[in-house]
Amino acid sequence: MKEELIKLHYDVVSGDYLKAGESSSNIKKALMQLGIKSDIIKRVCVACYEAEINVVIHSYGGCIDVTIYEEEIEIVVSDEGPGIEDIDLAMTEGYSTAPETARDMGFGAGMGLPNIKKNCDIFGIKSIISKGTEIKMIIYFE
Amino acid sequence: MKLIDIKELLDAEFLTKNNYYDKEVERAFGCDLMSDVLARVSGDVLLLTGLANIQTIRTAEMKDIKCIVYVRGKIPSKEVIDLAEEKEIILMSTKYIMFTACGILFNAGIKGAEIQI
Repeated sequence: MKEELIKLHYDVVSGDYLKAGESSSNIKKALMQLGIKSDIIKRVCVACYEAEINVVIHSYGGCIDVTIYEEEIEIVVSDEGPGIEDIDLAMTEGYSTAPETARDMGFGAGMGLPNIKKNCDIFGIKSIISKGTEIKMIIYFE
Repeated sequence: MKLIDIKELLDAEFLTKNNYYDKEVERAFGCDLMSDVLARVSGDVLLLTGLANIQTIRTAEMKDIKCIVYVRGKIPSKEVIDLAEEKEIILMSTKYIMFTACGILFNAGIKGAEIQI
């Protein structure tokens, strides 16, 4: 049984671009306090921030659940929303269904999901149409 | 190159009080798409952008980018500047357009960022 060091929970509000990134920022702080290597922290932050932005852009709201173990971090980002019709297509770089507001904020280029996957050691995604989407990310500290 | 020299070259103004004049950068990345910054940039870089919203600070925070230069005379809101100060990210603003600002820095020896494709 893996020992849990820290558990964190954050709510993510749909359309709130001002707050988007706060959860990822707090996770960064927690990892820095634990003395995790900076390149690992960067990967966690990028993956989590992209996922958080996705919830803000595409869903009706969601949450981030973080469990930090001695040797890895597990982040589950789940939302209530329209869901993803074709996950393979959504995972293709450059494909996006984001509205103009997301593009105005510097996002919505269809880079999010592929970039999340690239930064994770283990990545899983499941989505149910008209219900929502859940992303699970695991990043090892070594 | 020291940030104070970059400020002079770009005829820029510092927007944050945490002006670490001795901080140096060797490489830069210029774009308005934060997705590209998150996906492509690696290493310690200066970010030049024409986007002046709060996500530029968040993106810089996640990628450990210590300085942002806003081009085309863009000045972000006080909220954005306050967050940058809290996160110890240095902001400056230049009237030059992206192309010119990048050209000036390139001529002065700043290299392009190493990127991940």
